[in-house]
Amino acid sequence: MRQPPIDYIERTREQYAALGYPPYQWVRNQEPLALSIPIKPMHEWRVGLIASGGIYVAGQVAFHFRDDISYREISCDTPTDRIRTTHFAYDLTDSRRDPNVVFPMDTLRGLVRDGTVGELSHCAYTFMGGIYSARKVRDVLAPAIVTRLLRDEVDVALMVPV
Amino acid sequence: MSLSSAWSISRSVNPPRMVYLDFPLGHTAGRAHDVQSQKAVVMAALRLLEEARDPGSATTLSQRWSNDDAWKDAVMRPRIKADRDGEFDDDRMERFATPQYQESEDADLVTGDCSTCVWLEE
Repeated sequence: MRQPPIDYIERTREQYAALGYPPYQWVRNQEPLALSIPIKPMHEWRVGLIASGGIYVAGQVAFHFRDDISYREISCDTPTDRIRTTHFAYDLTDSRRDPNVVFPMDTLRGLVRDGTVGELSHCAYTFMGGIYSARKVRDVLAPAIVTRLLRDEVDVALMVPV
Repeated sequence: MSLSSAWSISRSVNPPRMVYLDFPLGHTAGRAHDVQSQKAVVMAALRLLEEARDPGSATTLSQRWSNDDAWKDAVMRPRIKADRDGEFDDDRMERFATPQYQESEDADLVTGDCSTCVWLEE
């Protein structure tokens, strides 16, 4: 039977209530953020990638699970078999078999090869999405990544949450 | 432009554009080892970047995880502990404060300062 999308906000509320915790304060933005419309055609875009699935490369320090607000630069020519995933809130079975499910690097490299987009930025930015403090993300982590994307002069940025 | 497999959370955050895929968490960009599935997700995102003219535009992909949606029933449903009356089992993973490596050998590969790891002041 077809079911509607899982309401994760409601299920988190139920889970916290069952465990005796107060409700989690989810980020709520009443209005969507303004749209910046790309000026160039798609085949000329430089594409940036940001992913919050706890992705790191062998040789980098892995993320921890307690409000880790650090981020990693991952060169866009990193071999896929060196990409790792670590996270406490999703089943890592598939992401460890094929990181593209949370970090579509091979997918994007294919779209550069076939000319759909112009190029990838020199690196992607990844972090640990399970950060309890929305304030730390809003005030510290997100502005740091935006600064990097602006410096990289990307035309569009793809965010892949988990 | 944000992908999403959690409609309610993404709607609450309200990104300028989103592409929704109704898969279990951990597959936001498609099915493992399925190039067509993965490409369809990213292409939908690129098309929305190209075409959207209204803030909050969303595309819902038609890909289904399985023929029925029974996988949704057990997600984040608190279970009552079998051995104690009325207490719920907290099956969430512990929030370890040390790096959690996928492979234990990864820890040995880290040498000196990780120049591509960026530590931010809170």
